[in-house]
Amino acid sequence: MTLPLLTTHNLTKTYPGVRALDAVDFDLMAGEVHVLFGENGAGKSTLISMLAGANTPSEGKIYLDHHEVAFDSVARAKAHGVYTVFQEFSLIPTLTVAENMFLGQEPRMGILIDHAEMRRRAQEIFDELGFPISPTAQVSTLSRAQQQMLEISKAFHGDLKVLILDEPTASLTEREVDHLFHFIERQKAKGVGIIYISHRMQEFKRIADRITVLRDGAKIGTVEMAGTDEAALVEMMTGRQIADIYPTIATEPGDVVLEVADLATPGVARSSLSLRRGEVLGVAGLVGCGKSRFFRAMMGLGPRRSGTVHLNGHDITGLPTREIIRAGLYYLSPDRKHEGLDLAKTSNENLALNVVTSGAPVKRGWIDWRTVRDTVAEIATRVELPEDYRARRVSQLSGGNQQKVLFGKAFGQKADVYIFDEPTVGVDMGTRAALYLKIKALAEAGKAVVVISSDLPEAINLSHRILVFANGQVSAELPRAEASEDTVLRYFFTESEPVQ
Amino acid sequence: MSDATAPAQVTPRANPIKTLFIRVGVLPFFLGIALVVFSFMSDKFLTGQNLMNVARQSVYLVLVSLGQMLVLVSGGFDLSVGTAIALTSVASALSMTWAAGVFDSVFLIIAIGILAGGCVALIVGLINGVGVAYFEVSPFIMTLGVSSVGAGLALFMTGGIPISGLPIAFGDTFGFGKWFGVPVPVFIAVICIVVMWLMMPRTTLGTRIYAVGGNIKAAHLSAIDTKKTLVLAYVLCSLIAALTGVLLTARVESGEANLGGTMALESIAACVIAGVSLRGGIGRVQNVVLGAFFIVMVQNGMNIARVSSYMQMVLLGSLLILAVIFDQMRYRMIMRGA
Repeated sequence: MTLPLLTTHNLTKTYPGVRALDAVDFDLMAGEVHVLFGENGAGKSTLISMLAGANTPSEGKIYLDHHEVAFDSVARAKAHGVYTVFQEFSLIPTLTVAENMFLGQEPRMGILIDHAEMRRRAQEIFDELGFPISPTAQVSTLSRAQQQMLEISKAFHGDLKVLILDEPTASLTEREVDHLFHFIERQKAKGVGIIYISHRMQEFKRIADRITVLRDGAKIGTVEMAGTDEAALVEMMTGRQIADIYPTIATEPGDVVLEVADLATPGVARSSLSLRRGEVLGVAGLVGCGKSRFFRAMMGLGPRRSGTVHLNGHDITGLPTREIIRAGLYYLSPDRKHEGLDLAKTSNENLALNVVTSGAPVKRGWIDWRTVRDTVAEIATRVELPEDYRARRVSQLSGGNQQKVLFGKAFGQKADVYIFDEPTVGVDMGTRAALYLKIKALAEAGKAVVVISSDLPEAINLSHRILVFANGQVSAELPRAEASEDTVLRYFFTESEPVQ
Repeated sequence: MSDATAPAQVTPRANPIKTLFIRVGVLPFFLGIALVVFSFMSDKFLTGQNLMNVARQSVYLVLVSLGQMLVLVSGGFDLSVGTAIALTSVASALSMTWAAGVFDSVFLIIAIGILAGGCVALIVGLINGVGVAYFEVSPFIMTLGVSSVGAGLALFMTGGIPISGLPIAFGDTFGFGKWFGVPVPVFIAVICIVVMWLMMPRTTLGTRIYAVGGNIKAAHLSAIDTKKTLVLAYVLCSLIAALTGVLLTARVESGEANLGGTMALESIAACVIAGVSLRGGIGRVQNVVLGAFFIVMVQNGMNIARVSSYMQMVLLGSLLILAVIFDQMRYRMIMRGA
């Protein structure tokens, strides 16, 4: 019986109002691929952020090689041989690929950096991984997939004991995934312990040894991959039937409200789309497949190459974003910190902004704050934001409550079509269920709703119709009845060349 | 049951000093310390007459700081307010001396002068605003550049010599006159304060400026014309500076290219001490008025205590840096949720 390489004991992380991780005991053997499995907000990212040194535990201990360790920084974790590839890249766009790979540990000749050696070693690692990246390229010129490959490559030098990969294949093609898995096998053979986060069961079945399932911050159990079937895993993950979370949205399609013809953007080929009142359209695809870019171009938030957009019969093509919003097309950003909310202000103040800009309570330039207050209170109740949180600054709220505020902003602005881009990122189950009911209410009140989601079950189960994007193209349009997870997943990968 | 009781305060009550600090910033503490220190240094300081004096002197900085606040709240800052004052002074003086040779009506001559000053400031504000909003030049570089351009033009037009020969009535009214028993500059400043105090929280323009400074992308997605809002903030700031320029010109009874030289630093210091965040989105009119009053009071106190003007520069710079350090601490506390 071998001893584990890495163990956590009673590991807990609390944020105001949220227990993000609840007393988790976890262990990783040398030479093992251990998959963390769970829904968004289940605590996977919180767990690895503490193992990676990006976050410190509120309670509990971490042992590496049977010694207690306290990682107060990512650099400290790295020094112990624990390397993490996060979903968010930590690359410096103005430096070259090789410079990024060896940042902070450059090979030297005397006091000078040995650039030739650096390039040679970078090339060696890329050859071994089979990643087509030039060590001399500037990072800002790389595609998203190449940047992801570079992030992964950064792990493969130095004294590696534990490798943590957070959805490493999110923007890789199948061929690239094969290369990656081949490399993981070799690292395993060397005795490296690998923690692997992924939503894709098909994929990790090929490499996983054990799987730990998390739900709502707690560990549900650890099982051997061999001998565990998918159904059992899904049940552990959700703890309930999927139908419980997703409401049934009645469908009575009305008039066409949004008509998009031949819209193309850099990276997304010409696509058309029409949407009826009362309809929910799910949009699925990998990160970077162009699904978000397509809708952002529609909103005037990104470049548009060609095509027209009509809302209620009016041409809104190329209008400034604010006029598109006023015309009745609302876009909920996936990035609530940078694009969604003013973190230093309270929930009420954030909600008030859209009530004010919608123009309703403004008389000759003066704001009628009493009306605004009443409307804000009504909206906060509608999105089920607890009263205690309404006068608190948004930065102090949990992700779930922040997302409720973001949804509330959408209700301040009157619209006919709502585009929700990743509406439940980092949100717990309870809040998700609440937000889904809001989407149901909107659709049944005759609004048209678009749900763009990288969470496949969400995109499928909320919608009446699914649009799948792959490599910058619409690869399929399926009615709900034909859209099982397997069918939709097949359209995620196309062998076509990415659209430039 | 829980509905009937007062909102339960579960968290332990924070200490009152911390609460005050988070609410209004460092100003009450600075103000208290200054009052105590200067009263000890001279018994002439804490007299009604001296404080009235401070109030009268602070009018100009109060005005400029109100404009500066607009730009700070929008998330930028304006280093060219001093230049706007100098340009206004030169432009209004030059046009008044020109108009004096063409028209007879003193009223018309003064109106032309004020109009000319306003137009020049409008151009300065537009250039700043368009540069920042549309060409995305950083506010620091944009206003620093404009400040050099403006100062150069003002000196070029005057050759560095003050322009005298302004209508007597101009200085008598706007420099030393009284309306309803109140000195005209004070009267005008009070009107500006009231207008700003109503505008910032109660009109859509004020709300838009707060929103743009708080999170410009979120504001964009809330159907706000962020570029127009930024331009307006810079233009209003410049126009208020122009108003100050006219009042100062009347006070010194000549057009001078070196008026307002220290206004940029002093107005930023006044705002930051008054709790206007350098990150944008946060700031209150009434506090800014107090902040400007504080700066002038410190200068007055140092004059009474015979601190040399060179040392006064040292102290003012230090105060600004100290205020920014406290602003950082306050921001962290706000975000952490104290």
